[in-house]
Amino acid sequence: MNDTSGLGDDAQLITLDVNGTSYEVITAPRRTLVDVLRHDLRLTGTHVGCEHGICGACTVLVDGLPSRACLMFAAQAEGARITTVESLADADTGELGDLQRAFSDHHGLQCGFCTPGFLMLAQGFLTERPEASKEEIREVVAANLCRCTGYQTIVEAIDACATARRAQRAAGTEETSCN
Amino acid sequence: MTSVTENQLVGRSVARREDPRLLTGHGRFVDDIELPGMLHAQFVRSTVAHGLITAVDLTAVRRVPGVVAAFTAADLGLGDITARLDRPPAEFVPTAMPVLARDRVRYVGEPIAVVVARDPYAAEDGLEAARVTYESLPPVTCEEQALAPGAALVHEEAVRNTLVDVSLFATEGIDGIFENAPCVVRVEARTGRQNALPLETRGAVAQWDAREEQLVVHTCTQIPHQVRTVASRCLGLDERAVRVIVPDMGGGFGLKCVVGREEIAAAAAALRLRRPVKWIEDRKDALSASFLAREQHYTARAAFDADGRILGLDADVVCDMGAYSCYPFTAGIEPLMAAGEMPGVYKVPAYRVRGRAITTNKAPTAPYRGVSRPQYVMVVERLMERAARELDMDPLEIRRRNLITDFPYTGVNHITYDPGSYLESLDLCEQALKEAGWYDRQAAARAEGRHIGIGYSCFSERTGYGSAAFAARKMQVVPGFDLSEVRMDTGGAVTVTTGTMSHGQSHETTMAQIVADALGVDLAKVKLHQGDTDRITYGWGTFASRSITVGGSAVRRAAVKLGDKLRAIAAAEWGVPPEETELARGRVRRRDEPGIELTYEHLADIAYLKSHLLPEDIEPGLTATAAFDVTTDGTFSNATHGAVVELHEGTGQVEILAYVCVEDCGVAIHPQVVEGQCRGGIAQGIAGALFEQITYDAQGEPSATSFMDYKVPTAHEIPDVTIHHLETPCAFTETGAKGAGEGGTIGAPAAVLNAVNDALRATGVELDTTPITPETVHRALTSPALEQTR
Amino acid sequence: MKPAPFRYHRARDVEGATALLAELGDDAKVIAGGQSLVAMMNFRLARPAHLVDIGGLRELDHLGVGADGELRIGALTTHHTVETASPRELGAGFDVIRDAMAWIGHLPIRTRGTVGGSMAHGDATAEWCLLAVLLDAEFVARGPRGQRRIPAREFFFGYYTTALDPDEILVEIVFPRPAPHAALTEFAERRGDFAIVSAAVDLDTDGRTVNSGRVALGGVAAMPVRVPEAEAVLAAGGSFRDCAEAAADAVDPPGDANGSAHYRKHLIRTLVERACEEAMSR
Repeated sequence: MNDTSGLGDDAQLITLDVNGTSYEVITAPRRTLVDVLRHDLRLTGTHVGCEHGICGACTVLVDGLPSRACLMFAAQAEGARITTVESLADADTGELGDLQRAFSDHHGLQCGFCTPGFLMLAQGFLTERPEASKEEIREVVAANLCRCTGYQTIVEAIDACATARRAQRAAGTEETSCN
Repeated sequence: MTSVTENQLVGRSVARREDPRLLTGHGRFVDDIELPGMLHAQFVRSTVAHGLITAVDLTAVRRVPGVVAAFTAADLGLGDITARLDRPPAEFVPTAMPVLARDRVRYVGEPIAVVVARDPYAAEDGLEAARVTYESLPPVTCEEQALAPGAALVHEEAVRNTLVDVSLFATEGIDGIFENAPCVVRVEARTGRQNALPLETRGAVAQWDAREEQLVVHTCTQIPHQVRTVASRCLGLDERAVRVIVPDMGGGFGLKCVVGREEIAAAAAALRLRRPVKWIEDRKDALSASFLAREQHYTARAAFDADGRILGLDADVVCDMGAYSCYPFTAGIEPLMAAGEMPGVYKVPAYRVRGRAITTNKAPTAPYRGVSRPQYVMVVERLMERAARELDMDPLEIRRRNLITDFPYTGVNHITYDPGSYLESLDLCEQALKEAGWYDRQAAARAEGRHIGIGYSCFSERTGYGSAAFAARKMQVVPGFDLSEVRMDTGGAVTVTTGTMSHGQSHETTMAQIVADALGVDLAKVKLHQGDTDRITYGWGTFASRSITVGGSAVRRAAVKLGDKLRAIAAAEWGVPPEETELARGRVRRRDEPGIELTYEHLADIAYLKSHLLPEDIEPGLTATAAFDVTTDGTFSNATHGAVVELHEGTGQVEILAYVCVEDCGVAIHPQVVEGQCRGGIAQGIAGALFEQITYDAQGEPSATSFMDYKVPTAHEIPDVTIHHLETPCAFTETGAKGAGEGGTIGAPAAVLNAVNDALRATGVELDTTPITPETVHRALTSPALEQTR
Repeated sequence: MKPAPFRYHRARDVEGATALLAELGDDAKVIAGGQSLVAMMNFRLARPAHLVDIGGLRELDHLGVGADGELRIGALTTHHTVETASPRELGAGFDVIRDAMAWIGHLPIRTRGTVGGSMAHGDATAEWCLLAVLLDAEFVARGPRGQRRIPAREFFFGYYTTALDPDEILVEIVFPRPAPHAALTEFAERRGDFAIVSAAVDLDTDGRTVNSGRVALGGVAAMPVRVPEAEAVLAAGGSFRDCAEAAADAVDPPGDANGSAHYRKHLIRTLVERACEEAMSR
């Protein structure tokens, strides 16, 4: 929203921590977190699909946990760490992260509209439960809607990423113990 | 062969070109577009299903803080969008869909006025201040009401609320066939009204570009050129003065394959205000006030001889198209598809069909993935199952006796089917389920009193409808061909345009594979452009599984032409005839002496920067264009689906235990993409069979305005799908490919329904209406017949 | 689907929050996790003029079992915190509560939605409300007139209606005693949807014989209800199936688009029996 003259007299200055950067935003209190991310901060990777918390296209991490950015007012997010899809690739090289690569390898996206929500859902979930089974992953994937893929390849992508991360960690542990 | 590629790309699941930007949040969808001074539109919508508008008062709206303007149709001089068929009045009644309702409203949610504000929040505040008064008319909310004598009329010109009424086929003597047949089975089926539900709702950003003297409309549409046509006509501009640009698009599935009213009204507001105007449909409107689909009613019967050979098919199809005919397809889209194609994969010697489109006070209908085929396949497959039961035959054996096996086959519906693997796909599907042990598990479960069922569906899907096929429908606007331009720059990089419009189907990858192979260049050298009416001469967009068959063929032809030009330039350099050259790995080389070669960069340098070296008969530059149309009846992809379900007595829940799809779409350009289309399509078919429906109450109020009520299935409900491929290449597409966009959706409802009915076998109940809810299953499972068997 | 305008007030402590509520009157609404409220505001089905955000009151985010065996859960504890609570935090005998969390929406809802928010919202199918009724929870509410404890049977009044005064906020929910043989189950067409019917039971058993039990149902009335008729069957040593049958006979569920009254009764039979079996097997 470039035109701030329409803010009304209830506008407030808030500070948001998004992907490690601190932003100051003047906004009306009724603006949802997803609208502020997209239109005030121009981080348009997070999408809007239903605005009532069911489709999950707006899923971001709030203090590391997957949350619906359409069911939060931006003002409520002050003091929290917000993480969006824009954080997943390497900031310098632009190289895709392992979860993103897994989605591409498994064709876990078609139109790509729901994809950022699924990525953040999986990113938050796997951080908390790196040992998650494929069935647990499927339950979590059921949190968001995708109309293109039939979900199978999304589940497979996340499972493959989790498996690879576990293998990498095991290898890392082994290496450490060898030294 | 004019090109040699050791590493052919077609047929390989290469990394998708679309993925990196979509995975990093750098895709650009309509709502991501932000322009300086941009305003935001929302629509005042009808709160009644049927009524005369007596007054629209926007005075208070204009006083709402943040609201910049509010317009009615009269304020903007907006007229109608009218889609037509070239059929006599007895068969088709054209109806006008006003861009904004003027004197009458015909469904809850119909747009009446546009409110433009500084931000979307204020726009919605404005809506609340609008005062519309109506003189209500009796709502027509179902087929029975619509067709009842003396019914209220949704459109005064449409007698009996009927927009289309065609009796396309009536084999002579068919009544006698039914009278004398040893076995006649009947099915009465109804399918629920669905929403195609792309996850990205509709939307547009419109802006007047004074320098280009052009209205630029960014909108998510499957048919950019058709939106341009309607926008220019509605707004009184030359077509040249409208540029439609489609950015990344979050799915369409047919819903975005018609021209909507809101994008035109938003554009009109942008012209009036000379400021960019954005409209993003919210989910509530997307669910109930956009375009719906699928609500059909079949009364069908089939006659069989004692050996299970079908003798005749007789069907009456009524499609509830809601309030308006969609542009460009008209309300004929569903009944014409159903009536024209219903015999499908079977050798049906006698056929009679009546197809009707009726109008009701519900949101209008657009094509939705599969268009009528999910329904008629379901009906035909139910007829097959019922006949098998009646004749005490194996349900697969009866299909085998009737499947078309000799190709090309010209059916009773005057359609010629090109070769496919109808029988082979059925055999393989059955084998897959048998080998996975599902028949044994079913027997064991039955012995324990559990209800496991196995069901199949056999079908084909016409893809690559050319202008001949669409003309046969008598559309006034006849889609069919497509165009492509392939251009090489001075450095040898390739730009391709297509008139098709990918929105998840991966055309940036698959079209590039086709071009890269034709020219023998790396995939990374090729970039596809689509969805820009200024960049692409013309196109018919993406629908009806046409893109790879038609668009892909045009792209290949253009690429081959460009290759010919490269060869001609090289041949001139060498002083040999062009026939003695060939393309290989980014070079033209001599056939007789492959060691002698010229790189594309070198040839491009001549074509552009040293054109004085060109012979007289070769024009400078490296550009080639080509068109492709399908002049036959099209090409038919085919598949067999097999589903295994368990019905849970305690809840009535239908659980899908296994799902197998054996598909044949000819040459698969990118097998992983084909599988993705199958899986996604099957998920949508299952959604229609078991979950999704929008109903209307007696007042015409829709049941679903949120995802709480419209039950899109999740990863928990949709099963994994095992896919097997067969390949019967198409003889007349340039790549051998057939379309793959809709098959999944077409086959799934029939397979699921047959499996459910197989599981219900002991109950004596058969279910032919979708969606099948847990409560329906519960009722069937508690039927008296089942109790008696215990 | 953008909310109507409102003024936003961030509470610094409970007293400040209740004072604000008293001052702002009926136009004010408390927001905690907001997982129901914001959706309703986006639809403009709720349009408070003032929102009092208590999300920052960390003192209301706690859970633990006291020496007296009571499980005390701060109103701002999220469903996800409960779901992932360690056995030490949640104590023995409260697994029914942890397991019930899996039925609440989906992970991204549970990470924000709070126990107190769910209770104060008072949805007839909400898992927390059903647990409260089943386990005789007590609600600790604080307002300008001080703090009071409200027993569950007096807390829920009807559709989305509770005993909380407009200027009171819920600070804590107390589950007075462990329920080692309790279970909650439910059915909806889709995973994560509001239940068509939910059932919860709490058995007094040594693992072999059932001495008595409590039975509660959600989705059959304006609020979760206990079913004495079904409990009588358990007390009399009747089978789980008879108990379930008695529950179905005892209630008069509504019929709507999600299921007819007849179908809901069928689900009651299934779910009560299933909950009994799950509770017994703990």
